[in-house]
This record gives sequence, C-alpha cells and structure tokens, in this order.
Amino acid sequence: MTDKIDLWIVIAALGLGSFGMRFVFLGLIKDKPLPDWMTRHLRYTAVALLPALVTPLAVWPDSTGGAADPARLVAACVAVGTGYFTKSVFWGMGAGGGLFISLRFIL
Amino acid sequence: MFMFRRGMGHALPFVVMIVPFAVLFGVVSREAGLAMGEAIVFSMVVVAGTAQFTALQLMMDNAPLAIVIASALAVNLRLVMYSASINPHFGHAPRWMRAVVAYLLVDQTYAQSIVEFDRTPNLTLFQKFAYFMGNGAVVYPLWLIGTAVGVQMGQVITTDGGLDFALPIAFLAMVGPMLRTPAHLAAAFTAATLSLICFDVPYDLGLIIGGLGGMSAGAWVEKSFHRIKTYDG
Repeated sequence: MTDKIDLWIVIAALGLGSFGMRFVFLGLIKDKPLPDWMTRHLRYTAVALLPALVTPLAVWPDSTGGAADPARLVAACVAVGTGYFTKSVFWGMGAGGGLFISLRFIL
Repeated sequence: MFMFRRGMGHALPFVVMIVPFAVLFGVVSREAGLAMGEAIVFSMVVVAGTAQFTALQLMMDNAPLAIVIASALAVNLRLVMYSASINPHFGHAPRWMRAVVAYLLVDQTYAQSIVEFDRTPNLTLFQKFAYFMGNGAVVYPLWLIGTAVGVQMGQVITTDGGLDFALPIAFLAMVGPMLRTPAHLAAAFTAATLSLICFDVPYDLGLIIGGLGGMSAGAWVEKSFHRIKTYDG
C-alpha cells in the first residue's frame, strides 16, 4: 500500500461520508423520524459487518497463505466467547490475544 | 461549566476502551506503511475507529478503491441512526453547533449523551451541548494521542507475523458483548457464514454481501419475535 494518492482519496471520501452520515438527520432532514424498517436494519450494522469482515481473516488468514491455523481459530473463538460472557471488550481482547501469543510460542 | 465537567467525568471509564483501540490503530497504520502525519490526519478527518480499521485492512489486501470506501462506509451506517436518535435534542440548535455535534458523534459520546438526556429531561440546549462537549473533550484528544503513540510504538517493535491477527481479535472481542438478543446472534451468525461462502466473490464484495445479509437476518428475527425497540448497535 505505497500509493499515497489512493490513501488520501480514501481519507477524504471516508471523512466526507462519515460526516455526512452523522449530519444527515441533525442538519438536513430535521424533523422526520426514520422509518421503522430502516432503524430495524441499521440496528444490526455493527453486529453483522464486523463478523463479515473478520471471519474470513480468522479462518483463512493471508499470512499462512490461506491455510486454516488452529492457533488463530481457537483464539478467535475465545475472544468472542470471553467478550460474550464477560460483556467486556477488554477481557475478550486480553483472553483472545493472550491465548494467541501463548499458542504461537507452544506450537 | 458544571455540565461540561459532568460530561468529562462520565466519559472517563471509556479511556480503557479508547486508548488501546487508538494505539492499535496507530500500530496497524505503521505496519501498513502510513507515516505519523498520515495516520493522525486519518484519525482526525474520519473520527470513526471501526471504519478506519476496515479501510486499512482492505487497503492492505489491495482491494479496489471503491470497495475500500464502500465497505468502510457500510461499517459506519450506524452513525445515521445516532444522528436520527439525537436529533430531537440538537435539531433546533444553530448550524455551527449541529455541525460540531455531528463531527464528534461517535459510539461513546452518543451512548453517554442519550442516556444523560433521557435521565435529566429539563436540560437546556446549552447544558446538553456542554455535556456532549465534555464527553468529546475526553474522547477526541485521546483518539488522536493514542493514534500517535501507536505509530511511535510501531516503529520500535517490529512485529513480523502475528500482528495481522490483532485486528481480527479486537473486532471479535467487540462482537461478543453485542450478542445480547436472538436477533443479534442471527445477524452475526448469518453474516459470518455468508462471508465464508462468498470468500471467492471478486472485489472483496463478500463483506458487503455478508453484512447486508446479516442485517436482514437480524431485522427479520426482531420483527418475527416483536422485540422491544432500543437504539443501540
């Protein structure tokens, strides 16, 4: 990723886009509430998009040439599971990350 | 001033969440070849960690530019909901104030403010703004400083291999606490499954397909089971 022009295009587009999304109801469509079907979908953006982004990275990582890696799979499950049961991102990151580092030493 | 300090105080617990996240963004930026200034401007202009990480990840995978932008913005769609939800409180403020609120409207400032405004109904516009800015005065500088610290750390610790997994771990840990209802579980599971099935779909479109599929699944389960409406991710 050495092409700096691409980087600045991405930064500018994301800056404008993110601000636009935040300003759209505050600034433009002032008093209209969102339709129900839309809030119902928007409510699940984060919980759908994050797994969609990350699952392939955990199952077929680039750095192993796309081969499944037991250490990554176990650490991934532990990160989600710990996050789920403790309700804490912090513990989930600690448990998953810590386990991954230890497993890399052992295996 | 009281409301400003109150806002700052309420934002303090988020320090433990924002700082590691910001530092990680700095480290990953460095790994991706960004200079200090570039990473800081990235954080300053976009002010949305999840989208920034998504963009960085896809750029490192050499995804086409349009896909990088579309995917990162898709991750940010929840901001539209925040904007709509906080509009009753700031909708009649002067334009500059609405612009400032929009710029600083992130997960933490939104969540804190909406709780405070519901709890204390008789706040004036100025008090609400002061509270919101108090939140922002903690969250925003930490986001930038954390990014800078991360870039600096990335120059010192040369991590070959393994670091590529820091981001997936961080995101997976974020997903765990979100799985509060059957609808959230359905959304996450459907999205993950679709992203694996669509792994070979060109231009990294699997992310968008998985994301939209997961959102639909969540919405469908919610509607079928008549879940109570709440504004949260």
